[in-house]
Amino acid sequence: MEHLDTNQFENRMNARVRKNKIAKGVFFLATISGLIVLAILLIRVISQSIGWIDWNFLTGRLSTDAEQAGIMGAILGTAWLMLVVVPVTFILGVGTAIYIELYAKKGRVQSFIQTNIANLAGVPSIVYGLLGLTIFVRAMQLGNVVLAGGLTLSLLIMPIVVVSAQEALRSVPQDLSEASYGMGATKWQTIKKIILPAALPGIMTGTILALSRAIGETAPLTALGIPALLIPFPEGLFDTFTALPMQIYYWTLDAVLTEEYAYLAAATIVVLLLLLLLLNSIAIFIRNKFQQRY
Amino acid sequence: MANNNNKNNKINVSEMIANNKQKKSFSNITEKLVPALLFLITTVSILTTIGIIYTLLSEAIEFFRRVPIWDFFTGIELDPFGADPQFGILPLINGTIISTLIAMVVAGPIGLMTAIYLSEFASDKMRRTLKPLLEVLAGIPTIVYGFFAFTFLTPILQAVIPGLGLTNILSPGIIMGVMIIPMIASLSEDAMTSVPGSMREGALALGATKLEVSLKVVIPAALSGIISSFVLGISRAIGETMIVTIASGSSKDFTFDITQSMQTMTSYIVEITSGDASTGTTMYYSLYAVALTLFVFTLIMNLLARYISRKFREEY
Repeated sequence: MEHLDTNQFENRMNARVRKNKIAKGVFFLATISGLIVLAILLIRVISQSIGWIDWNFLTGRLSTDAEQAGIMGAILGTAWLMLVVVPVTFILGVGTAIYIELYAKKGRVQSFIQTNIANLAGVPSIVYGLLGLTIFVRAMQLGNVVLAGGLTLSLLIMPIVVVSAQEALRSVPQDLSEASYGMGATKWQTIKKIILPAALPGIMTGTILALSRAIGETAPLTALGIPALLIPFPEGLFDTFTALPMQIYYWTLDAVLTEEYAYLAAATIVVLLLLLLLLNSIAIFIRNKFQQRY
Repeated sequence: MANNNNKNNKINVSEMIANNKQKKSFSNITEKLVPALLFLITTVSILTTIGIIYTLLSEAIEFFRRVPIWDFFTGIELDPFGADPQFGILPLINGTIISTLIAMVVAGPIGLMTAIYLSEFASDKMRRTLKPLLEVLAGIPTIVYGFFAFTFLTPILQAVIPGLGLTNILSPGIIMGVMIIPMIASLSEDAMTSVPGSMREGALALGATKLEVSLKVVIPAALSGIISSFVLGISRAIGETMIVTIASGSSKDFTFDITQSMQTMTSYIVEITSGDASTGTTMYYSLYAVALTLFVFTLIMNLLARYISRKFREEY
């Protein structure tokens, strides 16, 4: 034991253990630093909105007088947008997922479509805005109406829906569909009555999460030229509209001129975040309640 | 009686066969119709890609007829509203790169440290609480981050850094970094947790501390996944729009001073579209040339991320 200097050994060992402990602390701090920013953001926004969110604010019309201004127009606009986005993305997303997973021949075509969707998911949302502006607003001459905005947002979130629907379809065990074929059912019968019902909770969860992404999107709407002016409430798919994020955008820009607008923006943010929270809770509820493990 | 019954049965059977045939031909039609219909739906995703590339290219080509492509990509002067409009994209590329760099300086180390903590140090319970909380960060709309950067972070930074403008590239860059943290953390953590436990245990058995295991075993083994998460983070920062639009202003100067206002490619697009540039003007076409450049930048980053994570993935 004489060649081993216990002192030196212990010193090195202790130093390494200490380093490990310090690193663990630093890594933990890094992890919660993001959460601290989140907490500050929420506290700040909520405290700014106190006293501004009331019945008048929720149901009122836009006004140049900050005390009188309300966001009913933006709430209705967002609701109309959802009326377009929900069915369109559901049909496009789930249809595409079924085709890729269950019909497309494995090989080039399938991997081409798959790569294409992965790339679409990485396209910046502002580019989708330009696509919508060029095709829906200008070429089809829809103007900056609910339908144009809804279709643009649908294309934007479609890749997310496709990917999550594919995962849900893949998680349905093969035994189920094989049993169905064994009973003499055709392919579409099997899909309609066995695979889709089993995958539905997963598909719904993914669609709702994608939807909450669409509701918060601002960039494509700015590209479409969606206004936040004193426009009448939208009453149909071909009416001009404004949406909650657009309202936040304009009020934030105006906050430089009139300080009250910052409070209006904060109050609108709280409404938007509550809406997102509601959607996310529904998604989590569906996942916990209906998703089966096989 | 028996005869009658037989007769009835026979009629029933032939009727049943006829019925079945009808049913079969109907379900035959649906069997063929459904895949065709689904294929049509699937083509929408391909049409979207074609639509993006076609609109960007066709309008950008018109722009390059008016402004030489060389001048566009090497011009450091951008002044679309002037009497003698100048269209050099370098100020925008500069703003985009600088904001992305700031974001990655924030998100890179914090994201990576978060990933190490979650995959190597945290207890199961800790991980299960922290991960969903972090994911909330990614679900906050970017407009909210923009508001936060502009009305909260900028005034604080102004108190600390003298000469910081009301709009500057520093504050949105930092907030953009915060937005990207969960993305880098979660993708890197996925790569690190897929490193097999036997490798960790081997190192631990040799007397390594957890820190040494993380730095010398897990990170090298998960490197391809970590790098691709960084590349995706960069792509995300390049394409981010609302945070920079609100908080970094619209100065088109070519500068490296991060305390000053700068414009990115994305915020230029917002400015020109919301200014309602009338169709046919050079300014209108410049929109598409900038968007095309942005599209190519992010596409390269996305393809690179996929390539790295595929090519260098270690198989265990």
